[in-house]
Amino acid sequence: MKDEREIVTVTIDGIEMQAPKGELLIRVAQDNGTFVPRFCWHERMKPVGMCRMCLVEVEGVRGMPPACTTTVTDGMVVNTKSETVKKAQDGVLEFLLINHPLDCPVCDRGGECPLQDQTLAFGPGESRYVEEKRHFEKPIPISELVLLDRERCIQCSRCTRFADEIAGDRLIDFGERGGEMQVITYPDDPFTSYFSGNTVQVCPVGALTAKPYRFRARPWDLSAVETSCQTCSVGCRGSLESSSNELVRLLGVDVEPVNHGWLCDKGRFGYEATHAEDRARNPMIRRDGSLVECSWPEALDAAAEGIKRSLDLHGPASIAMVGGSRGTNEDAYLWARLAKGVIGTDNVDAQIGDGLPAEVVLGLPGATIPDLDEAAAIILLGPDLKEELPVLYLRVRRACVDLGVPILDVSAVDHGLSKYASATIRHLPGEQASAAREISAALAPLIDGRSGPIVVVLGRSDVATSAEPTVAAAAIIREIPNTRFLVALRRGNVRGAIDLGLAPGFLPGRVTLDAGAERFVAAWGSAPAEVGLDTAGIFNAASEGRIGALILVGADIVNDFPDRRLVRAGVGGAGFVICINATVTEAAADADVFLPATVWGEKAGTTTNLEGRISRVGRKIAAVGNPMPDFRIASELALRLGTDFDLETVEEIQDEIARVAPAFAEVDAQLLKRARDGVVLPLALHRDELVLEPRRIPVIDFSWEPIKPEGPGEFEVVEFEVVEPVLEADASDEAAAEEESALPVDISNGAGLPDAQLFVWSAQHAAQPTPGRDNYALRLSAGRSLYDNGRTVASTPALRALIPAQTLRVNPSEISRVGVADGESVRVSTARGSLVLSLTGDANVPAGVAVMPFNIGETGVGDLVDVSLVVTDLRLETLR
Amino acid sequence: MTSVIGAPNATETRIVTKRLRDRPEDSWTLDGFTQSGGYEAFRAALKLDPEAIGAEQVAAAGLRGRGGAGFPTGTKWSFLPKDSYPRYLVVNGDEGEPSTFKDRMLIENDPHQLIEGIAISSYAIGCNLAFIYVRGEFALGFERLEAARRDAHAAGFLGANILGSGFDLDIVIHRAAGAYICGEETALLSSLEGDRGMPRIRPPFPAVAGLYAKPTIVNNVETLSTVPHIMRMGGAEYAKLGVNKSTGTRIFSLSGHVNRPGNYEVELGITFRDLIESPELGGGVRNGGKVKFFIPGGASSQWLTGSDEHLDAPLDMDYVQQTFGVMLGSGAVMVYDETTNPALVAWRLAKFFAHESCGKCTPCREGTGWIEKVLYRISHGYGRPQDLDLLLDVGDNISPGLNAPFSQTTICPLGPSAVSPVVSLHKFFREEVIAMCQNNDRALDVTASDSGASDLGAGE
Repeated sequence: MKDEREIVTVTIDGIEMQAPKGELLIRVAQDNGTFVPRFCWHERMKPVGMCRMCLVEVEGVRGMPPACTTTVTDGMVVNTKSETVKKAQDGVLEFLLINHPLDCPVCDRGGECPLQDQTLAFGPGESRYVEEKRHFEKPIPISELVLLDRERCIQCSRCTRFADEIAGDRLIDFGERGGEMQVITYPDDPFTSYFSGNTVQVCPVGALTAKPYRFRARPWDLSAVETSCQTCSVGCRGSLESSSNELVRLLGVDVEPVNHGWLCDKGRFGYEATHAEDRARNPMIRRDGSLVECSWPEALDAAAEGIKRSLDLHGPASIAMVGGSRGTNEDAYLWARLAKGVIGTDNVDAQIGDGLPAEVVLGLPGATIPDLDEAAAIILLGPDLKEELPVLYLRVRRACVDLGVPILDVSAVDHGLSKYASATIRHLPGEQASAAREISAALAPLIDGRSGPIVVVLGRSDVATSAEPTVAAAAIIREIPNTRFLVALRRGNVRGAIDLGLAPGFLPGRVTLDAGAERFVAAWGSAPAEVGLDTAGIFNAASEGRIGALILVGADIVNDFPDRRLVRAGVGGAGFVICINATVTEAAADADVFLPATVWGEKAGTTTNLEGRISRVGRKIAAVGNPMPDFRIASELALRLGTDFDLETVEEIQDEIARVAPAFAEVDAQLLKRARDGVVLPLALHRDELVLEPRRIPVIDFSWEPIKPEGPGEFEVVEFEVVEPVLEADASDEAAAEEESALPVDISNGAGLPDAQLFVWSAQHAAQPTPGRDNYALRLSAGRSLYDNGRTVASTPALRALIPAQTLRVNPSEISRVGVADGESVRVSTARGSLVLSLTGDANVPAGVAVMPFNIGETGVGDLVDVSLVVTDLRLETLR
Repeated sequence: MTSVIGAPNATETRIVTKRLRDRPEDSWTLDGFTQSGGYEAFRAALKLDPEAIGAEQVAAAGLRGRGGAGFPTGTKWSFLPKDSYPRYLVVNGDEGEPSTFKDRMLIENDPHQLIEGIAISSYAIGCNLAFIYVRGEFALGFERLEAARRDAHAAGFLGANILGSGFDLDIVIHRAAGAYICGEETALLSSLEGDRGMPRIRPPFPAVAGLYAKPTIVNNVETLSTVPHIMRMGGAEYAKLGVNKSTGTRIFSLSGHVNRPGNYEVELGITFRDLIESPELGGGVRNGGKVKFFIPGGASSQWLTGSDEHLDAPLDMDYVQQTFGVMLGSGAVMVYDETTNPALVAWRLAKFFAHESCGKCTPCREGTGWIEKVLYRISHGYGRPQDLDLLLDVGDNISPGLNAPFSQTTICPLGPSAVSPVVSLHKFFREEVIAMCQNNDRALDVTASDSGASDLGAGE
């Protein structure tokens, strides 16, 4: 966002500095190297001026205003180090400590505690307090994941403000007053926030502790690596920390264009899955009908043999690869190269039947997350962001609540952001296209002269409805001028996988088989010519005996694919099944070869988020047992099939991607290492967003980097060597770049390789009519719940208990129509199958619709959906 | 110490309290009100240019806020930004300053007078919706205020197009939930909005962004009850009452060791001695005793003693401020005779502030509790000789310089208020307090001292 504020001159401690008028004094001081101590002020929250730690003297102003609520004006003269200020700082710290338990030796925060650190730097050496300290029962749980020690609390209100201002979950607040003031939860409304872990991170003392981390480590024993979360495709940046080769904590890192330092609880605590008991440690092959452990060469030989046999007997089209959206970009590229360049099949799909066709993902003009902040309006036509992409939910909510961006909600049922919408278009599941036709008219009054792009968050709102209606809607919305799309796919690196060719019809770097043929034949030696099958097509073919070798890459396919009968028939019908995974899933149990893979935290590389932003994933620990990273497994298989990739390191793979894949032009290992906030593809359009300066570690602000006091009252400002940008700014100015964003981009990189044009989705899309719903049926909407039976949650002890109970929610009128009691079990039947489920009345569910989250419970949505149908209609029968 | 020109009489000058004293049987009813000239000032005001009321009457009258700070009312009104509507008038009826009980009397016994004041002021500042934030404990007051509002509405003094003038006004009466801090205007606004009562950072000031972020004037009950009389008398005439910049009359809530405690409306400028000793007012100290010390303006104020210099000081807001560093505040005068142990009084006051601290600012939340604990020890025989100096320095960290008007490291003056008793002990009773600490003397209960020793402290 361009700062167009007037620049004024301020003098702080005798040093003149320039700052935008109206900026907070505390920030101006910090940006210019003067640290004003603080507890309550947080970069991302509104100032409250409660802790009184940042009092300063301003010439001409009576008393001592807090630097966190004072804005700078021209000619302002500020003193942050006078005797008067020092006396006040001493006083505030002494006050904060009189009732603080000083149990630092057993406090999680001890060693990285702002109260400790600022006492050392700014506080009195001793206390004069001889009275009894106040006592509370402790610790008390404020959520399933967070515990509160009210004696340590210094009442800064960061946690309560986070819950209210940032998360929109005003479920913790202050109770009592004066010395008794304490953080409370509401008896009937527990703090069931998906973002509760952030309160632990922003707490400036050890008052809030996270159950999974509590007493697990001392901060000085931790080692950290900067990484990107791969739990969903927002790609939040974090600091991943371990002790004794065990992951113990993930902290959010404040990256302006992505996550502002926030994480969702699933992302924050999901690292526990890495250490799950059931992690596979050794390769396995099927012997006498059961999987038995073996050596890597044995397993790889068997896998290559299975592929080769199918290739020899039935040709490349008899081989298929499903999955690959949970790994790194480097993994994805080598899987794509193995499948398309070595084996020669295009039956490759990273998506598991719950996403959108690759043409839509790659071919729409893309938006970035920061575009939300400056949008004229945001159109939501997709999943419940709070459940599927939680930190994107925070960003959209902020754009609406804090920045005034209007939201147009196009949805079948209420979701987390519905209450913030300025206008709503409700439709029956499957009727997205006709809803999309109403968007232009609904949008006009919302935009009302506002400038900026119209950002469309587009995705599959549920898995019981096929992608077709969403694709049809996208084709209609695309015609609205000035629209840009954030395609809301869910899995961690699904975007990277598609960008790198793990999708039928595409080669790495966003080019079609046709457009890239010449280039990839030159680079790889061969590339498929025929467009292959997507995941549903692959399972159909496999169930008909047309797939000789099926390679399942890191997916829990039986649980993740919307149609369980088809996937079981497919896996059962495939001639030879190779499964690469961290654990032995249901499908893996049927595999002929099982190859154990390393997971997030155990391997380095890059990941791509839903914007197309590539950022680094860090390796923090060594895997236990003998799993291998995917890219190495792919290389080993290629070698056994006659091709030596000759790529030993992640950096070498990155350099090859930059050379070969058109959209990745210039994005080589060196750039990826230096791009602080990641690189948005294609670089040609996003060059001006690139930041090559290293991140300035917040001097004191609860980072993983403990601060280092240097003499009384002084902090060392962590200085980095500033590296001069190597890349020249793009010649075309910004406006031209904006205009260009919708146009095909020609990339001519890659040392003598033929050019290839990036794909743009331009084909006319004729919307298929959605079948009507008869009066006796309910239409199923099966979105997701953040906590479901997916691998991350199911393997994370802290989160497993939070999986909601399975129930079918319908409008209360439907319950009375069927003639049962609320909560009673009924038989639910669809064209695919039938289940007994409990029925819950919910007035927020429109009549005619039934809502059930996907992948909850032993049996569920996957047993009711037939992916060959556009929509899923169901009937209810009583069991009486 | 009567440097005052034309010293006012040491008797009551009943203006605001005239009706409730004259007709105690029906002063709170609409009939009682209108039969004694009620709503005539409002009727007349509706014929005037609204802006002239603030400038030519209220400002000219020199009216200053009666809640405690004594800020000129006309000036406050003039801070409203031009052309920014809606704007609100909020009546601060959360009278919570210990031993202040004047607003309660006005609310209970002359609610229509307050409503008339609100109506005139709302007309003057362009407000169509006023709020009365009334202390929760005022059950009778709330009932009578509600009845008065209903009756005024029925009689056409509130509602739409009042008396054919085209001016609309409605009043919302809100019962508070019992927090002293909500008498602070920004905390009051937060509470009125349904949030926790905690003071807000200023700027923005309420006149710019107050209730629901709209321009808002917050005035005290007595201040607004005075407005109809200013309209009736004319601002210039009203200004002739009183002394210097303390014009008019004020109601003083006199309590403590006097023979005739109660509310007295007197012309500003009489002396404390007049107020305490005049047979028509306080009637002297009980049992013929002498004033040891007194609190001149509510619990937040620093104290004065029974010296001639202090007793002969005029009730002039600026004079006492400049000469002694004390304030007339909310007009509550608490008198203590020579049987009183000042340390025990100081502890009891500190206990009040520690209990009422909202908890927002660190120095107040932690400091008031600390002061209370140390004063408890001192007053109960566990003091250390160095404790008084410790308290002064702790106080200095809440209210740097220990002056009045307060400087403060907090948002609002509640924290510094708790320091006033400490400073007063130091100024006037240092030796007595240190001697107590050295001898481990235990203070006797102030109120129980006549009937023998009892310890107020531990059980409370």
